[in-house]
Amino acid sequence: SLDNARHLSSLLRAVHFQDHATCLATASGLRVTVEDAKCIQANAFIQAEIFQEFSVQEESVMFRINLSVLLDCLTIFGTSSLPGTSTALRMCYNGYGYPLILFLEEGGVVTVCKINTQEPDELLDFDFCSTKVVNKIILQSEGLREAFAELDMTSEVLQITMSPDKPYFRLSTFGNAGSAHLDYPRDSDLMEAFHCNQTQTNRYKISLLKPSTKALALSCKVSIRTDAQGFLSLQYMIRNEDGQICFVEYYCCPDENITEAEL
Amino acid sequence: LSRIGDELYLEHTESGLSLRAVNSSRSGFASFLFAPLFFQLYEPGTAGPETELFRCKVHMKSFLGIFRSLPSLEKSVGKCLILLKPRASRLVLQLHCKYGVTKTHNLAFQECERLQAVFDTQSCASHLCAPARLLAEAVVHFPLTLAEVTLGTGPGGKISLRNYVEDEAEPSKTMVTELWLAEDEFQSVAVAPGSHITFCLKEFRGLLSFAEASNLPLTIHFDEPGRPVIFTLDDTVLEVHLVLATLSDLESDSQSPSTNGVSHLPAPSEDFADDLESYMAAMETGEGGSERPPSPTFSLRPRRPAESDPEEEEEGAVPGTPPHKKFRSLFFGSVMTPGRPGPATTQEVLAEDSEGES
Repeated sequence: SLDNARHLSSLLRAVHFQDHATCLATASGLRVTVEDAKCIQANAFIQAEIFQEFSVQEESVMFRINLSVLLDCLTIFGTSSLPGTSTALRMCYNGYGYPLILFLEEGGVVTVCKINTQEPDELLDFDFCSTKVVNKIILQSEGLREAFAELDMTSEVLQITMSPDKPYFRLSTFGNAGSAHLDYPRDSDLMEAFHCNQTQTNRYKISLLKPSTKALALSCKVSIRTDAQGFLSLQYMIRNEDGQICFVEYYCCPDENITEAEL
Repeated sequence: LSRIGDELYLEHTESGLSLRAVNSSRSGFASFLFAPLFFQLYEPGTAGPETELFRCKVHMKSFLGIFRSLPSLEKSVGKCLILLKPRASRLVLQLHCKYGVTKTHNLAFQECERLQAVFDTQSCASHLCAPARLLAEAVVHFPLTLAEVTLGTGPGGKISLRNYVEDEAEPSKTMVTELWLAEDEFQSVAVAPGSHITFCLKEFRGLLSFAEASNLPLTIHFDEPGRPVIFTLDDTVLEVHLVLATLSDLESDSQSPSTNGVSHLPAPSEDFADDLESYMAAMETGEGGSERPPSPTFSLRPRRPAESDPEEEEEGAVPGTPPHKKFRSLFFGSVMTPGRPGPATTQEVLAEDSEGES
């Protein structure tokens, strides 16, 4: 159970770019995964500590659920956050085949929702681990928010260049009007950590990455990492209203149509 | 400028950087001239005897897209650098933002001919100067969808603004709004009594909001109906001109109505542009020329046959409907006046335009 359902709903919204999600509950918390096109995966982690009460009988419980419906239920009392009011939540799941039951209460009004669950799909494994990271930077989200919100969507790709030399960190788009480059110098105030060992330029389908803007908007910091194959990991540190920290991460594989980067 | 046209013409001259636009029917033209002092650094680049000074045109939307959010721009952008890279065919706009972040936009541009409307404020009979706020408060009374407004001079030196109503409209169904401004509300009034002009309000609103925001007085130069009205804003580092065609007063009109400003010229073909260039070069008097520029009703008569060809080829283009609303195309070339022979009058109206925006 959760005192403030918003802690859950806002995180889930940050990964809501497909209707369906896979939920995994373990003793450490809840993980909600959304995937698309076999190229991109987003995970929202809500640790057990965020909840007032959190108990999982088996070692792990996994099911597939309609995320759109889940979000609609979580926000059934409305999405505006009036100070002082919050929706309390209790989620129950009886096991394989049972629906997910939500009890939501606000101001004395109780709503019960039952959402059918489905067989979980196999999830992509990007095999992205810290030891294989080639380049890593940590930025304050404030610096990227506007950039992502204003990305030229007429460009098919978002090109990310990370390098120990100039331009250090560059986001590029190639749209109808021409190309645009956004450069972040390594000594910028926004840069919390800069560990680039190799110059890498990778392109990713912009339509796949655009949903990450939601996670970016909620976050205070973001870590951007790439491995030798050009797989991208974006990790967003999100602080909720009560000051608790949660994470959302996005994994994306590089666009294979491009063999050579156009700089 | 985006209220006028879809393309932004950039040109730099000795007097500064000029940004211009023209509307599709050639009945509205605007130019913003930024003096070199406006910029921190102004390097026109060397222009040899053969090379012309830089000018190009870009899509308005692409250009505006760079300056999308004004409030955040003011907060985050320190300076903006504009460069032309002719070999790469790119116009580079580089915004230097806070935290050391640099945004570089490489816009594709097109080469173009010089866009210049021929007009002369000195030759206008009437001049009005008012703080922008006065006019802004006046136009607020007119609905946003109103296409044309009539400015007139009345008894006692009063100035009137009234929405323009189609002749064919039902008198009982239309609402007429008229407001009068006293002479002393203006900074200066030098008008020919009993004069009035009708021009496109929508295009004027764009300039008005700029004038209001920059707190500059607006000067209106006008003459008889049919002659263009010129709005100017003057500042030490900026000169703005908006030239709009006005409705002429000819009574007899046998043809069915069409909207104002419907172009009887399709998008100019290349031939036409060349003709225009040579014509303009010959006729160019620039702003404030000493001689009275020719009436905009001249035409490129010998060029007419060439012009009609592209017109027929273009399938999607609005066929040349004669300017029943009597808006004359500004100085950019052939203008149809009733009675003058030409391809447009002989073409049948294939699609009658409903009342709408030009």
